[in-house]
Amino acid sequence: MTFDDILDLIAAICLLLGAFLSLAAGIGLLRFPDALSRLHAATKPQVLGLLFIVTAVALGARSWSTLLALLPVLLFQVLTAPISAHMVGRAGYRTGNFRRDILIADELEQAVDAATVEAEAAGDDVPDRGVGPSPTV
Amino acid sequence: MSITLTVIYFATGLLFTAAALLAVARIVRGPSILDRVIASDVLLTTLLLVIGAEMVINHHTRTIPLMVVLAATAVFGTIAVARYVSKQDHPAQHENADQELQDAAKNVDARDDTIVDDVAEAAVETPETERAGDK
Repeated sequence: MTFDDILDLIAAICLLLGAFLSLAAGIGLLRFPDALSRLHAATKPQVLGLLFIVTAVALGARSWSTLLALLPVLLFQVLTAPISAHMVGRAGYRTGNFRRDILIADELEQAVDAATVEAEAAGDDVPDRGVGPSPTV
Repeated sequence: MSITLTVIYFATGLLFTAAALLAVARIVRGPSILDRVIASDVLLTTLLLVIGAEMVINHHTRTIPLMVVLAATAVFGTIAVARYVSKQDHPAQHENADQELQDAAKNVDARDDTIVDDVAEAAVETPETERAGDK
């Protein structure tokens, strides 16, 4: 077994791990009960899976310049994945798109309640929080 | 050695295929648009990983720019959808969707009647307002 063979084998194992994380995300999407839990499953391959694949590509090409070209991929993904996850989680909470009975703690609820009380004290119009039909004009 | 690699590559392809199919299944089943956008995000990530895996398996590095562009722009679709998710998009509120549709149709009819009445009243009132405008 030569050194090249060992590198190829490590790259192949990295591929397998990345694919496994991707499959884990797919299974989580199908099995988890609400949007926020599915969001948790979806983030597995976005960073760690991509890290495995990038490692595999760099090992397969056996060059540092390839790794340098792949760094932007990791960088962009690490920068943008939290943004999209935050936006989806925010929309999911606001639309009530989660199961309250399986929550252990809801720290955001206290913050929202406090903000509502503060706004009412200041005499502002408080927008309804998605409970019941929206007011018709 | 080469057989081991072939087996691992084959298993990799199998896992990626299963992951993509599961994501598509969640896109089809929904139930809310947020589930669909999360699943499409997973599908896009899977595609990104598949492009990388294909480079390793076929021993080339030509599609790295594609990976960079995908990783940089994948976020926009998700943000655009999540930004405009409305409060009506709640699966539990749509259990009796037929009833809701009928109610909505009634509301539209009622509103149409009101508009007709308003127009009629406006037509009657118009001369006076015009006279007021002349003065």
